[in-house]
Amino acid sequence: MAADSIHQAIEGIYEAESRRVLATLIRVLGDFDKAEEALHDAFRAALEQWPREGVPGNPRAWLVSAGRFKAIDAVRRLKRFDALDEVGEKADVAFIDTAAWADEESVEDDQLRLIFTCCHPALAPEAQVALTLREVCGLTTEEIAHAFLTPAPTLAQRIVRAKGKIRDAKIPYEVPARADLADRLDAVLRVIYLVFNEGYAASSGRQVTRHDLSTEAIRLGRLLAELLPAPEVQGLLALLLLQDSRRAARMSAEGDVVLLEDQERGLWNQEQIVEGTRLVEQALSSGSAGPYAIQAAIAAVHAEAATAAATDWDEIVGLYDLLVAMSPSPVVELNRAVAVAMRDGPAAGLAIIDALLARGELKDYRLAHAARAELCRRLGRTADARASFERALKLAKQEPERRLIERRLAELQP
Amino acid sequence: MKYLCLVYLEKDKWHAVPDRECKACGDGFRDRGLLLAAEPLESVETATTVRVRNGKTYITDGPFAETKEALAGFYLLDARDLNDAIQMASKIPPAREGSIEVRPVRELVVGS
Repeated sequence: MAADSIHQAIEGIYEAESRRVLATLIRVLGDFDKAEEALHDAFRAALEQWPREGVPGNPRAWLVSAGRFKAIDAVRRLKRFDALDEVGEKADVAFIDTAAWADEESVEDDQLRLIFTCCHPALAPEAQVALTLREVCGLTTEEIAHAFLTPAPTLAQRIVRAKGKIRDAKIPYEVPARADLADRLDAVLRVIYLVFNEGYAASSGRQVTRHDLSTEAIRLGRLLAELLPAPEVQGLLALLLLQDSRRAARMSAEGDVVLLEDQERGLWNQEQIVEGTRLVEQALSSGSAGPYAIQAAIAAVHAEAATAAATDWDEIVGLYDLLVAMSPSPVVELNRAVAVAMRDGPAAGLAIIDALLARGELKDYRLAHAARAELCRRLGRTADARASFERALKLAKQEPERRLIERRLAELQP
Repeated sequence: MKYLCLVYLEKDKWHAVPDRECKACGDGFRDRGLLLAAEPLESVETATTVRVRNGKTYITDGPFAETKEALAGFYLLDARDLNDAIQMASKIPPAREGSIEVRPVRELVVGS
């Protein structure tokens, strides 16, 4: 093989394997920073040796061994004492025994270990997100900072602190025991959903969608579904795919928000819809579907309607009833109210929303006021609609969303 | 690895958990070889603060922190890792009335 094509092969192997090699090196070396350095050294060694000696049969095992050897070598060079000869001998032995470090099963376990460690509840939620994107997805600190509109030094600090806590408080590098698995998995799913939402609807700023984070979240969801095919993992992945399938339709060419009922359904990504729907069915048939699977089922009902008018609102209200029972929240109740309005007419929905607003929890939630305004408008209560749109506008931060509300306000008959 | 579990309670919950429950918890840890020490504390009103500045000792009453919860006791545990320590901390009876702060113990660096 010519040197050029070897370099290309190494780049491809980096793309495909670097995160797996890192996950295993963290286990073998017991330290995030040492593992990152070792990963770097291992690929540098590959760039030197492979053009000369050819690409090894099992590149992943080669890289893990090389990384481990380099890390131990670094320690030995640092200390230069006799006491470390023993460590050195062990290293040489392990270098020969390559396969044991990187067989398929332990590599998969290592990836899960890495995900669960990055999403450990003893870390701050924003640190869980940053660490997952950096260590599991391989994004650079700058890329993550850019995506979250956070200064890079702040983000770097967050990652350093999280790694420090993992090391000093000894957060174990392991997949949680069965008894803790459900709770810990919730935390992982929350991180993935957070990453997706950050990409799907930035909380402030001009652009509503940030492509890369949504894609990254789907990639993570896919990885997790492969490693741990539990119903809620499938449910979450389905939800992400079905929401993402509308990406091309939810913004106009001018960068304005297009509501679900006004979207051109031909622009929806059918491939994602098919995959998402299949996953929802799998999750629901397991008999232990959770809130993500139910939300995905709602998205799937929308996806299968050829037109907005053809939407099966009865089915959607039924799913919201399930969701309210399963994980009650005022926002879920608000969404249910909107579905009821579509099924039984605006007056029925408005009654629920007014009762919700009277409870106080949603009084500063822009979408509650926007939904109320929309139902008042349909009932011909223009003054009430105007007051609620104005309240929503005061609370809205995103530019495209503000423009949508302003447009709705202007369209109201005086 | 050692972890210090600091028990924090609001003043009016100081005795909300019966002592025998706390003792049973500590005994349970000790029987499994996981307890290095555990003691409850008198109320914050009994606290005295000592500082030495420029060789002079300053003594003040208190502290009376602004936070409502105060240090009520501690368990010094020997745990495998943070997960184990959290698991054990969740078994400490006052966890249901106040809160437990789990802090890894640092080794003193004496060699350098």
